[in-house]
Amino acid sequence: QDNRISIWSAGDLGNVGLNGEYQGEPQLLCDIRHNGDVMDMQFLDQERIVVASSTGTVTVFRHHQNNQTLSANQRWEKAHYHVDQDTSCGGAAACTGVICNNPEIVTVGEDGRINLFRADQKDAVRTIDNADSSTLHAVTFLRTTEVLTVNSIGQLKIWDLRQQRNEPSQIFSLTGDRVPLHCVDRHPNQQHIVATGGQDGMLSIWDIRQGTMPVSLLNAHEAEMWEVHFHPSNPDHLFTCSEDGSLWHWDTSTDVSEKPSFLHQGGRSTTYFSHNTINQSVVSAWLSNDPTKDRMEITNLIPNQTLSVNSLDILGPCLVYGTDAEAIYVNRQLFA
Amino acid sequence: AAVPSQVVPGADPSARHLCFAWGPAEVLVCETLFGRRGGFPSRREGGQGRAFPPGTLTACVAGTGEGGPSSSRLFVVRKDQDIYIQTLRKLFNESHGIFIGLQRSEEELAGKSRKAQLVQVSKNYRSVIRACMEDMHQAAILTRDPALHSQYSTQVSILSAMELIWNLCEILFVEAAAAGPLLLRLLDWVRLHVCDVDNMVHEVLSSENPSKHELFWNVVDVFVLQGRMDEARHLLSKEASANPTLVNMYKILDDLMKKMPVPSLGNTQTLTEMELKWQHWHEECQQYLQDGTFASNSHMESICKILLGDEDAILEKKDLMTTWYHFLVTRLLYSHPTVKPMELRMDLFLGGESSPEPLDTILMAAFEFELHQVIKECSIALSNWWFVAHLTDLLDHCKLLQSHNLYFGSNMREFLLLEYASGLFSHHSLWQLGVDYFDHCPEYGRVYLELHIERIPLNTEQKALKVLRICEQRQMHEQVRSICKIMAMKALRNNRLGSALSWSIRAKDAAFATLISDRFLKDYCESGCFSDLDLIDNLGPSMLLSDRLTFLGKYREFHRLYGEKRFSEAAKLLLMLMTAHIAPCSFWMTLLTDALPLLEQKEVIFSAEQTYELMRCLEDLTAGKSDKQKFQDDDIETMKVEMLRLALARNLARVIVKEGTLEGS
Repeated sequence: QDNRISIWSAGDLGNVGLNGEYQGEPQLLCDIRHNGDVMDMQFLDQERIVVASSTGTVTVFRHHQNNQTLSANQRWEKAHYHVDQDTSCGGAAACTGVICNNPEIVTVGEDGRINLFRADQKDAVRTIDNADSSTLHAVTFLRTTEVLTVNSIGQLKIWDLRQQRNEPSQIFSLTGDRVPLHCVDRHPNQQHIVATGGQDGMLSIWDIRQGTMPVSLLNAHEAEMWEVHFHPSNPDHLFTCSEDGSLWHWDTSTDVSEKPSFLHQGGRSTTYFSHNTINQSVVSAWLSNDPTKDRMEITNLIPNQTLSVNSLDILGPCLVYGTDAEAIYVNRQLFA
Repeated sequence: AAVPSQVVPGADPSARHLCFAWGPAEVLVCETLFGRRGGFPSRREGGQGRAFPPGTLTACVAGTGEGGPSSSRLFVVRKDQDIYIQTLRKLFNESHGIFIGLQRSEEELAGKSRKAQLVQVSKNYRSVIRACMEDMHQAAILTRDPALHSQYSTQVSILSAMELIWNLCEILFVEAAAAGPLLLRLLDWVRLHVCDVDNMVHEVLSSENPSKHELFWNVVDVFVLQGRMDEARHLLSKEASANPTLVNMYKILDDLMKKMPVPSLGNTQTLTEMELKWQHWHEECQQYLQDGTFASNSHMESICKILLGDEDAILEKKDLMTTWYHFLVTRLLYSHPTVKPMELRMDLFLGGESSPEPLDTILMAAFEFELHQVIKECSIALSNWWFVAHLTDLLDHCKLLQSHNLYFGSNMREFLLLEYASGLFSHHSLWQLGVDYFDHCPEYGRVYLELHIERIPLNTEQKALKVLRICEQRQMHEQVRSICKIMAMKALRNNRLGSALSWSIRAKDAAFATLISDRFLKDYCESGCFSDLDLIDNLGPSMLLSDRLTFLGKYREFHRLYGEKRFSEAAKLLLMLMTAHIAPCSFWMTLLTDALPLLEQKEVIFSAEQTYELMRCLEDLTAGKSDKQKFQDDDIETMKVEMLRLALARNLARVIVKEGTLEGS
């Protein structure tokens, strides 16, 4: 298998065409071989990227911008591994999620292990073995010392990395069937709002200040939801992508309600929940579980869906996502 | 070209007996007799970015024979090497998208719009081929490895041939325009693909004095041969202005060329109108020629002859045309421009110097409208099913293939799609594309999918989830169960009990859930405490998947209640576990032992009735044991039973007193 980490340039702004659409294809700047499948990756800082591998290795790559090359900067081999009961020798366990808060890096894997690394430190700062009896699918920072993980028995857990005990400080679970959760993201400004996506394509919004169950459950995709992201600067917008090949844009921004519906652009499939006639209070629209008081616009951004959308990311007006059809799509006019 | 035979280097049937077995996408060939001393073959890395000819040895395993001095070797022969070529992946992925789009486009549109739709699909396929050619060409330029360079260049020429054939098929079969427009399309096709002369044209046009250029007349001839009248006339005008003596001749020729009836795309004229005009014009040309108008200038005379469709005159320019199909189209242009498509079936072509190459055979078959022949020849000539599978599917949508069944049950389109998709399945990542192809094979697609999908290696959970989703969407329950079992067993072996349970829940596999629960209970019995409490405490409705799992959940609840000092509830639960037969019999002793501390509490917890129940349970348990077992019971067991009997009796005594004393309790 020939897996590579690649850096692409999505072009400069001078290349904008008539409709403001991006002209031309992303250009490959540099790439480097990677051992195993890339399960997750994140920028640590402007130059370094942390990559989680299906072999259980976590690698930090450095992008040298002066000569456009990539090099492997640091590697933690066997960050995640299985111990076979019978033979007590190791087997590979995929590292499924990585999250960075420079210089700290937290990884989780199929072995139910949580690792806390520090960039440039050879050994792990902290390792919680058997943190979970099932697979941990994703991790994100809640506060600088706390992380959130989701697992394959439908639980959302908070871990305080300062404390030495190997127990989560809090456990939340779904009601009903323990559907595996695959992704998690925290609201950028209001840290008590968390969104998770499940194997049944359901989007769950949690308020971790209260209760152990989600605040709202939104029927979204028809198959596994692989990633969920709040827009970092515009958190009224949420994006989810799924195995069913769709990518949804969830919009709870209230200024939408001012325009009458027929003025919205045609050609997009939109679903409206209801009308909003009351002023929106400071409470985030995400937490409002009364559909009659809330208006949410949901748009599928992919016209001809075929294969799974595995991953997405957003920054400013740019959206990028990748599919199983080995294609990367860049949309630089997201809010046009 | 002869049918390429598959040579497996290193496998020598004269030295050893060979046996073989077919796999989903490979053939295993192995040597059976040992004894001959032989060297070890060198290992060759297979697959990555190198295209080996079909049948190449891609892996080699050396095994030791039984006591024999030499080794017995096993060869894995891959049929389809092309799928491993990096630059072709774009072709496979994009064409998959087009294929799906075509299948999904319903035939709501009829007639012309449907045809336009199909032509667009065909054009999309071709643009993908061209994009791939571009990439391959770039790769060829950038690489420094001569072997890779030649490989890429070969691929470029193969793709170029594929595009040529496809384009012709699009013109003749998909678009299938009426006579006039058909000819225009063919002219476009020739101009696009026979471009050996482009350099010459460019040279002459960009020179200072084109008419003095030695190749000037060649270029004019090329324009005439390709029906590019305006360009020819433009060039001729330069000659005329430079050479006043020819002005008269030029004017006549120019006039003839201007007046040549050209079929219009709009199809505004009827066929008969066209015929009449053409006849008239033809006669006029004939007249001028016979009058000797052009006698003094051989170039112009030959042009006039070409206009008249004189075969010999056209043949003289063989070198300019370079290919027989150029000649064919030129001939058509100047002999019967209104020829209806059926009349194309003439063996007009000449210029076949040596035996025809595969490309020629294919194009010939196309010109003769022998669709099946085209497909067959392409299948033989190309090393990969991609081309024929997609082309046949498109032609099938154009309703051009008769639905005659091949003798093994499916029709041609389905057969080719199945072959192509099967090839995809041997690739570690492109198999996902294959799934959709199988979906659109109504007869055997499902069976093929069922067989192939279980053989995909599942090295990460995410991959397993994707495979499972595919199976579930198609109600392939057997495969779902089987895959979940494999994953659950793996998890169990790695001591990931939560994961194992998660897989069993997905497959609704009660038996496996029972297995996992037994494992938990065993751990509890051995260690005295529960592992993975986060799992057991949060089972939720999945507890009901299996009785054992329910017991596990309830048993843990009992412990929790006890820990919270809610003794009477705990007692009730404990009893219920036995009387409702939720607990397995093997666990009753443990449960009864758990009851001991409750019996020993200061205040009475178990009521009289409950105590009787407990006693009954104990007796059931001990009675169930045979005498032999009782004999084998060690002291601890007998002591336990004794202690229980004593505790129960004491409790009974206390509770009778208590219940007797208090009023109405």
